[in-house]
Amino acid sequence: MAQITKKEVDVVVCGLGWAGSLMSIELALAGLEVRALERGGERDYPDFAYPKPADEYAYNVRNKVFATPKEVAVTVRYNMDQTALPTRKWGAFAPGTGVGGAGMHWTAVLIRPTPTDIKLKTYVDQAYKPGILQDDMRVMDFPFSWEEIEPYFYKFELICGQSGTTGNLRGQILEGGDPFEGPRSEPYPLPALDDTLNNVMFKEAAKKLGYHPFPNPSACVSRAWKNPYGNQIAPCNYCGYCSKYPCLNYSKASPQTAVMDALKRLPNFSYEVNAEVVKVVLHEDGKTAKGVIYYDVDGNEVFQPAKIVVLSSFQLYNVRLMLLSGIGKPYNPITEEGVVGRNYAFLSNGGATLFFKDKNFNSYATAGATGQMFNDISPGNFDGPGLGFLGGAKIHSSQATGTPMAAALPKGTPAWGMGYKEGLEQWYNHSMKISITTTCQSYRDIYLDLDPHYTDHRGNPLLRMTFNWKENELKLQQHLKGIVGDIAKELNPDSMSMSFLPMGADFDITKYVSTHNVGGAVMGDNPKTSALNKYLQSWDVHNVFVPGGNAFPQNFQANPTDTIGAITLMAAQAIKEQYLKNPGPLVQA
Amino acid sequence: MLLEKPTTRRKFLLGALLALPVSDLLLKGVTAAQAAEMAAPELADYKPIFFSASEWQFILAATDRLIPAGGSGKAPGALETNVPIFIDQQLHTPEFGAEIYLQGPFDVHAPATMGYQIPFTPQQMYRTAIKLVDQWTQTTYQKAFHELSTEEKDAVLTRINKNDGLDFAALGEPALKASQFFSQLLADTKHGYLADPMYGGNKGMKAWIAIGFPGARASFTEWVKQHNVPYPLGPVSLLGQRA
Repeated sequence: MAQITKKEVDVVVCGLGWAGSLMSIELALAGLEVRALERGGERDYPDFAYPKPADEYAYNVRNKVFATPKEVAVTVRYNMDQTALPTRKWGAFAPGTGVGGAGMHWTAVLIRPTPTDIKLKTYVDQAYKPGILQDDMRVMDFPFSWEEIEPYFYKFELICGQSGTTGNLRGQILEGGDPFEGPRSEPYPLPALDDTLNNVMFKEAAKKLGYHPFPNPSACVSRAWKNPYGNQIAPCNYCGYCSKYPCLNYSKASPQTAVMDALKRLPNFSYEVNAEVVKVVLHEDGKTAKGVIYYDVDGNEVFQPAKIVVLSSFQLYNVRLMLLSGIGKPYNPITEEGVVGRNYAFLSNGGATLFFKDKNFNSYATAGATGQMFNDISPGNFDGPGLGFLGGAKIHSSQATGTPMAAALPKGTPAWGMGYKEGLEQWYNHSMKISITTTCQSYRDIYLDLDPHYTDHRGNPLLRMTFNWKENELKLQQHLKGIVGDIAKELNPDSMSMSFLPMGADFDITKYVSTHNVGGAVMGDNPKTSALNKYLQSWDVHNVFVPGGNAFPQNFQANPTDTIGAITLMAAQAIKEQYLKNPGPLVQA
Repeated sequence: MLLEKPTTRRKFLLGALLALPVSDLLLKGVTAAQAAEMAAPELADYKPIFFSASEWQFILAATDRLIPAGGSGKAPGALETNVPIFIDQQLHTPEFGAEIYLQGPFDVHAPATMGYQIPFTPQQMYRTAIKLVDQWTQTTYQKAFHELSTEEKDAVLTRINKNDGLDFAALGEPALKASQFFSQLLADTKHGYLADPMYGGNKGMKAWIAIGFPGARASFTEWVKQHNVPYPLGPVSLLGQRA
């Protein structure tokens, strides 16, 4: 195949999901020539016209719009002494691909972390006596204040048409919203989605037990919305095909609905699909990048020179690309030197399934984000220090779909045979869930590096994940089990089953948790412990910016997308206002 | 890949019927659901495109026990809903299993929490496992699996499910556990039972009708606030069948 060199552009954006599309439109609107390269294919709305996405088998079982393990597997091991094995099929997490990335088929819960979450190390130092927490824990503060980041949360929420109920407006606590949320400068752009039966039941039970439930903040919009880029998003029709599906109703904020239509109209923006970036090429001094090498759809090796390189692939692949390109020093878990790969974190889930003979939940009538949740059990809002662990969870009644292959059956129902068939007929549509979405802290020996054995189809090493549950996370699970159990008892079901991690549990890569993998190239104030500064700029290679979940130094209980949008928009602003005038490090360490 | 079947005059006529509005169908004395069911092939007439004749006998017999006909409710069995056709069609589809990362080395003794570590595509798994199960039943019962009594079939399936006394390694295949094949077969059977009929199973949407799933209706603005009211409409399929 030929080797091709393209004309230099101002900005090359590698990965066209939320982070890549936001960075592209913000920099293109500022007049820069922006070119985006997307590893996957084109994904546009005619592909998702009704009824095509209403296909559980194709989208939920066969993962029709996801990256495949064959293309982008990672390897996993529990500790540094083991040989890691590849994720031959997706299980615990499943990365997206193509234009829109995971933002095209996400569940669309658009929620902020709390002010405590973004200053977690400060909270730990104030609230926990030395010796209470494990000594291998490595949590950090995000390198910005609530006041600095809040306008960017709001900007992204306007882009998405965030629907919800305000709980804290400039310090005033409002009934029906989350009393633990950080002060909002403005109310939610749109009212909350409608509640389904299970949500009303959960909300009443949680209130009775003294908790403060509020509607899941949603990017499935409750009303027609025109966003600041001029894109229009239609009101959600509760189709029931949301998480893992592209929206058939133009109702879920995604790069497609919220950004791409306006972006594609800008003459100084272009993009190429099936363009697999394999390396960022650095100048000889290693202090700046020249551009990127990618393979195009015909297999040609292409060099795309650029003044600014944005890595906006999924978290895992941003970290891998930095390691493959020599951007930042790889992390060494023995000496704790190096920064690329450190502070990897995942999250855990679990909960209770409650069965009611006399209730029809019609759970196929739902938006992905439909649900009620409470934040009473997140760091700083309950006695974590007294219980001896750091962390918390959203406790919620989300039930993103009611499609039948995912149907829950009561404990004791056979998995096959007549008992299975009769159980399915009897119990389908008669259950609801109470779920947890937890924090996950970062640790000295939980990290990402390049695998020494397994490679991709080009012979490049796969990313290796060293990860297992720590005692801190399992203690949190035990605490949550009690809380969820009490709410379940209050609801008095005919039967119920509980699913929580026992102490000593190993990470199970076969059961889906969520694709909220974070860290590995984190943002911070100190170049010795972070790969990026607060503007997502590499400390080492100043014209490389790396927006994404990779920047989180640990995982909070809130879903990550609101924060990924906010930090990306803050970085874009810094590039426009500061970097273009004076290219160089934006933060002096 | 969608269901492949030879075009017949019957299918042509039914296709024409399906294209009519429901009101016209009713005038002709046939419901859209009946027309849809008639349009699907008869299992007995179907010629498998992936499975050999003896493998097909195994699949018919096994899926019939995994989701049997009869029972106390109205839900049909796997054979009444063409589940074997679904599995045959899926295994024939080039994309089926093509997503799996199959580069070695393989640690087939890895803990179950490490997921799929089998050096086989699903197609290879079916071929290998069916041969071994039939081999084991020949040795034990002097019959192929499909020739066993109902009770014997259930007992063998239970052994396969639990790796109990039916050891693939002892039969010469150390890289595959019987339970791993069972998981694949059971998942594919349930998928065929509950997937949209265009994939070949769930004939006449009968599994959806039995459990009360409305299929591809996918529009519930008026229904989301109607709490604890059974949804009154039957399912629709991706190709426009209604019941």
